[in-house]
Amino acid sequence: MKKYMLYLNSKRCIGCHGCEVHCKTNKGLPVGPILCEISHQPLKLVAGVPKTEFQFRSCYHCEDPDCVAVCPTGAMQKRHDGIVLVDQEKCIGCMACIGACAWGVPQLNPDTGKVVKCDYCLDRLDAGLKPACVTRCATHALKFVTLQEI
Amino acid sequence: MVKKSVWSMCGMCTVRCPIRVETEDNQVTWIEGNQHLLEGALCAKGSAGIALQNDTERPQRPLIRKGGRGAGRWEEVSWYAALDYVADNLKTIISKHGPESIMLSCRGGPFIDLLKAFIHGLGSPNFTNHDSGCGRNVHHASVSVYGLGRKDFVYDIKKSRHLVLFGRNILAALRIAEVNQVLDMLDAGGKLTYVDVRQSLTGIKATRFFQVRPGTDYALALGIIREVLKEKAYDREFIDRYVSDFDKLEEFAEPYTLAWAAGECGIKAERIKDFVQEIAADRPKVIFHPGWMLSRYRDSFYASRALHILNVLMGNVEVEGGQIFAKGPGDCGVKGLRSLDAQVPKPTAKRADGVGWKYSHFDKGPGLFHLFYEAMRTGEPYPLKALICVRHDPFTCFPDPQAQKEALDKLDLLVSVDTHYSEFGWYSDVILPESTYLERDSLIATQKGPKPRFIMRRKAVEPRHDTKSLNEIIKLLADRLGIGQYFPFTTSEELWAWQLEPTGFTLSDFDAKGFVSLADKPVMFDRNKLEGKFKTPSGKIEIVSKVLTDAGLPSLKPYESPEKPAKGQFRLVFGRSPLHAHSHTINNPLLHELMPDNTLWINKRQAAKLGVADGDWVDVISSGTTGTIKAHVTEFIHPEAVYMVHGFGRQVPLQTRAYHAGIADQKLMKGFLTRMDPAGGGLCLCECFVTVRRSAKNPKRMVEL
Repeated sequence: MKKYMLYLNSKRCIGCHGCEVHCKTNKGLPVGPILCEISHQPLKLVAGVPKTEFQFRSCYHCEDPDCVAVCPTGAMQKRHDGIVLVDQEKCIGCMACIGACAWGVPQLNPDTGKVVKCDYCLDRLDAGLKPACVTRCATHALKFVTLQEI
Repeated sequence: MVKKSVWSMCGMCTVRCPIRVETEDNQVTWIEGNQHLLEGALCAKGSAGIALQNDTERPQRPLIRKGGRGAGRWEEVSWYAALDYVADNLKTIISKHGPESIMLSCRGGPFIDLLKAFIHGLGSPNFTNHDSGCGRNVHHASVSVYGLGRKDFVYDIKKSRHLVLFGRNILAALRIAEVNQVLDMLDAGGKLTYVDVRQSLTGIKATRFFQVRPGTDYALALGIIREVLKEKAYDREFIDRYVSDFDKLEEFAEPYTLAWAAGECGIKAERIKDFVQEIAADRPKVIFHPGWMLSRYRDSFYASRALHILNVLMGNVEVEGGQIFAKGPGDCGVKGLRSLDAQVPKPTAKRADGVGWKYSHFDKGPGLFHLFYEAMRTGEPYPLKALICVRHDPFTCFPDPQAQKEALDKLDLLVSVDTHYSEFGWYSDVILPESTYLERDSLIATQKGPKPRFIMRRKAVEPRHDTKSLNEIIKLLADRLGIGQYFPFTTSEELWAWQLEPTGFTLSDFDAKGFVSLADKPVMFDRNKLEGKFKTPSGKIEIVSKVLTDAGLPSLKPYESPEKPAKGQFRLVFGRSPLHAHSHTINNPLLHELMPDNTLWINKRQAAKLGVADGDWVDVISSGTTGTIKAHVTEFIHPEAVYMVHGFGRQVPLQTRAYHAGIADQKLMKGFLTRMDPAGGGLCLCECFVTVRRSAKNPKRMVEL
């Protein structure tokens, strides 16, 4: 059922945090919600070089998402291709999904009073484009991957 | 709904990456890197351009000072009033003190032709920029070796086998094309050796890391030179052909053995030996990056010179995967753009900074800004009376803003042309608000390289506020000052057509890709026929520079060990983050959100001695100035140094996000405005020692009521 994934080639990621801003500007988000996140572990000496690698995190688009189950208005939905999205028309900003998600993925947009989350830039996807974070990744480290059944 | 797509050029930092901007009804909806050059890639700053344009905490209409300088009382005026005010004051100053009493500074870059034409048109030679607090040492080192500036070469990093970086935090500097070249090189199995006093974003990708004692870059470079010579790991044929005084280098390098370098830098001799063996196998595709911002130590010029010489030893000149002559239109059989400045008679007065007459070994182009302060203070060689700063903030760029203010108080007129409130702007008499890069057209410019091109910035949207482009501001001022004839245009289209006329290209040639490529394949000179390409007095690559010798300066300077900090003190070093373009972006809402302030990196053992834990507030003290920030305790910084990101600690009240967020390294550098490397002209910005203590700001108990 789940089809897509955002994959980070950590060898190429330089931790510029571009993806976080690419995402926000594409969704027109104000200061507050950040829908994806680059993080790293403290530096560790590896063969004489202090090293670390960057990790990328956004929504996991769960198989059986608690946020969808808990949503009272049906705004939070799982699409046929596995993408978990918020219908902005239906969202009443009750924040039930924010409490339900173990990773705190859905966030309130203070400008609209409604919830926002990563939906792989659905509008772009449906127009045959890639998510903003992938399209603009400064080092082409982020890839939008379609999962295949083996 | 009107949708548009515009090829343009980013303006968030001075890299100026090519971009494509989408708009809807005069609103920017999407910015991406130019697909033809960057495949969409853009950094966080580039995306945050939308937030810059939307930000209301930037000057929105012209402002004239009402209270004392720096008091922050402004009167909003019309453009007519502001331009008349500036022009009338300039006319008065010219009539009393002559045109040479006016100076103009900028950030440098591809659009300076306009500004040079303006200041030269007025009759003043005093054009300058920020570079004496940045890359002048590297530039002058390059001139002393090759007779060519640092921008006359480009680096083919992608195809190199070994990139060696001395404190050049190349990945955080984020020239997107260059960053991808570095990563492509690493993906292809290339090696990266990184030398710094601390680990950085670039260093974590390195295959080798030398954490040197602060101020010993020159020692390490000398040790490497000696070992390369000893092992005969150099390109003898290339040297015989193009290099003069090679024997003097051998003689000079003799004492700088590996054991000596090891002791000086704190790097084990066998690690340097291994390194030299590697580069011996990898040459000539070994790039010793000569540094970018290298206004650091008192011998940074010589360190950079040694790195330039190492490239020469590698035979790394005009080789694929190495250093390549930057080609211009002429190398592709195309005539260059018509220049505004070239139409203007050259001013006859000598420069007030002494460059070109008092200092014969410095490049006259932008001279050295900090030397103008001396002229302001003394009135010698003549009084300076007006300073126009275009998108340049000397109070952030140069040390000791207080000393700068005292010198500037001798001037009658300070004008800031900028998109945001700079600290200089806040102290100035007039702020002429420039439209953001998304709202303005700029000149067409040439980008030199193996595949040179003409590049341009076009406005994507109309200005949100009552701001103007630099082209318009200069044109309107020039008309008022009676030098309008040097700016033969009313619209951008007229200007562009005038610039392009000799090239044979037209504006429509930019439509397909946003730029005009002048070569399909990299243009390479025949490496066996480089005679005449080096512009030194001898025409050779000069180990001993005639220009330096004539100025009474050594070309091969014996090494002097840097001072060790006194007990309880640290050497203050600074750098940059990938999220900010120094001070320019600190107040950007989206970048401030991700990086609101800076921290003080301090070595773990030193922190333990001071009782400082990670995240504690620490006071950073120097000559009576104290700043307080949080400590970042790490083992990966040299115990003699503390480090912070430059650009913070801003004190413009209208920038509410940046106001007093973090601290400013340059404000701790009392007395450093006159500390210049006499050979390179760069300021010594890493020679300041600070005391660090755990701050009383750390709460001992919670008292709420």
